[in-house]
Amino acid sequence: MIEGLLPELDVIRKDFPILERTLADGRPLVYLDSANTSQKPQVVIDTMVDHLERHNANISRAMHLLGAESTEAFENGRDRVASFIGAPSREEVIFTKNASEALNLVANTLAWKGPHQLGEGDEVVITEMEHHSNIVPWQLVTERTGATLRWFGLTDEGELDLSDIDDLLTERTKVVALTWVSNMLGTINPIAEITRRAHQVGALVVVDASQAVPQLPVDLQSFDEESRPDFLAFTGHKVVGPTGVGVLWGRREALESLPPFLGGGEMIETVRMESSTYAPIPHRFEAGTPPIVEVVGLGAAVDYLDHVGMEAIHRHEQAITGYALEGLAGVPGLTVLGPLDPTRRGGAVSFELAGVHPHDVATVLDTRGLAVRAGHHCARPAHARFGVQSSVRMSSYLYTTPAEIDALVEGLHFTRDYFKVS
Amino acid sequence: MSAELDSLYQEIILDHYKNPHHAGLRDPFGAEVHHVNPTCGDELTLRVQVTDGTVADVSYDAEGCSISQASASVMSDLVIGRSVEEAMEIHHTFLTLMQGKGQVEPDEDVLEDGIAFAGVAKFPARVKCALLSWMAWKDATARAQEDSHV
Repeated sequence: MIEGLLPELDVIRKDFPILERTLADGRPLVYLDSANTSQKPQVVIDTMVDHLERHNANISRAMHLLGAESTEAFENGRDRVASFIGAPSREEVIFTKNASEALNLVANTLAWKGPHQLGEGDEVVITEMEHHSNIVPWQLVTERTGATLRWFGLTDEGELDLSDIDDLLTERTKVVALTWVSNMLGTINPIAEITRRAHQVGALVVVDASQAVPQLPVDLQSFDEESRPDFLAFTGHKVVGPTGVGVLWGRREALESLPPFLGGGEMIETVRMESSTYAPIPHRFEAGTPPIVEVVGLGAAVDYLDHVGMEAIHRHEQAITGYALEGLAGVPGLTVLGPLDPTRRGGAVSFELAGVHPHDVATVLDTRGLAVRAGHHCARPAHARFGVQSSVRMSSYLYTTPAEIDALVEGLHFTRDYFKVS
Repeated sequence: MSAELDSLYQEIILDHYKNPHHAGLRDPFGAEVHHVNPTCGDELTLRVQVTDGTVADVSYDAEGCSISQASASVMSDLVIGRSVEEAMEIHHTFLTLMQGKGQVEPDEDVLEDGIAFAGVAKFPARVKCALLSWMAWKDATARAQEDSHV
C-alpha cells in the first residue's frame, strides 16, 4: 500500500462513468491525460442534465419562475467557486470561456486607457515555462503598446531561475504573469514570494492557476495582502467540470481599475446612443448570455472536489506522482523533464524515451488503452529550453491508481521492444 | 493489438524512418519552405528544385515522428524525376488515401512504397504526420514555379 492514496479510491472511481469503459480487445481505459482535461463525475453530468431538463432559462433577464431558478443556480455556481478558491469576495469571480480568455481579458484591457495602461518603457515579465496561453497574450499586448516583454529563465532542474530577479523586477515592471504549476515540467512556483517581490515594485501579478487549482488546496484569503496575486485564472474542465467555462478571479480594486473587455448585454448599467455606463463587477466583465449550464456544472464539480477534500487529493497526487517517477526511472533510456522530487511538483510528468519519438510512444500506448499526451503540450519554449522538440506526458488525478501506473510502465517497456530499441 | 500496430508501423515505414532517402538540405533549389505541425511540434524544412517542368530535386531537414520522417522519404522518392504535373497527381492520390479513413484501396502502381501508409489513415491523430512533407512539397513546388515564371 502506498502512503497518501485516497482511502476510498474504488468508490471514487465509480463516480466517473467513463472509467468503466473498455476499449478494443476488452482492455480497460487507462486515462493518464488529466492535465489536458479531467474526467467528469456522475454528479456533474446529472446536475447539468437536471438543469437543462427542469430549470433552463436565460439568467438575470427572464421575469419568470424558470428565469429565477436558472439565475439562482448560476449565481450559486459563483458562490461555490468563490468558496473553493477562498476568494475574499464572490463579486471578484468572473466567468469566462476558459483560462485563455481569462488571461486575454487581463492582457487586452491593460492595453486600453486606464490607470494601468501599458506603454513604451513599461515592462511585462513572464517565465520560460508558461503555457502558450500565458505567453501569446503578453506578446500581443506588448507589441501593441510598445511595452517590453521579459522573462524568467529556468534552471537545469526545471525550476524558475530567480537569480536575476533584481534585474527583472524594477520600477519599469508593470505586470508579472506566471504559472503556479507548470503543465509540462510539473514545477510548483513560489507564487507568494514572487508576488511579494513584484508588489514591491508596484507590478500587478497575474497567475495562471490552470494546473494548480485542480491539484493544490488554493485559499486566496490565506495569503497576506502583499503576497496575494492580483489576478488568478483557471479553467472548469480541469477541475472535473465541463468545458466552455473558465474563471478569472481578480482583486476588487484591480478589476475595477480595468476598462470593460467585451461589450454587450448584462455588462451595462444604462445604454444611450452616445455612450453607456457599466455594471459593477462581476457582471461588468460578463457580456452576453454566459455559459449557464457550464457554470452550474462547475459549481457541482468544485463541490465534489471539496467533498473529497483538496488536501486529500493533493496527497493522492503526490503519492501517485512519486510512484510514477519511481516506475519511470526503471525504464531504460527514459528521461523525465522537470523536478524529480514528488513533494515539489505537480502531477504532470513529461518524459522522453530514447530512440522512439513521442508520437510513436503515444500511439503504441493508445493501442493498449493508455491515453497520454504527446507533443509540446502548448509549452514549446519550455521544451526548447531543454533542447527537445516534444515529449510524452502522463498526468494523473484523484481517480488514478497505482495499477494504472504499472500499466504505463509495462506499456513503455513494450514500446521499446516494439521499436527494437536496445 | 499488435496487428493494429503492425498495420500502422509497416516494415517499409520503419525502414524509411531508419534510413531516410534524399534527406539533408541541398543546392540548387528554387524554393524553400518551413512547415510545422502546430499541435505536435513536428518541423520540416524542405527545398524543391524544378527544372524544365520536372521535379529535379527534393531535399529536406525534418524533425518528427517515424510516420512524418518516413513519409518525407517516400514522398521524395516518388516525386523526384517526375514532371510537376505527374507529381501533383501522385500527391492527390496520396491525399485521397490519407483522407479515406482506411476505406480507400491504395494503388501500388502509383504510390509504390507509399501504400504502406494505408494503415495510417485509420489513425486520425497521425494523418497530419503523414501529410506534413507532402503539403510542404506542394507549397514549395508552387513557389518554385511562381518564381520561375517571373
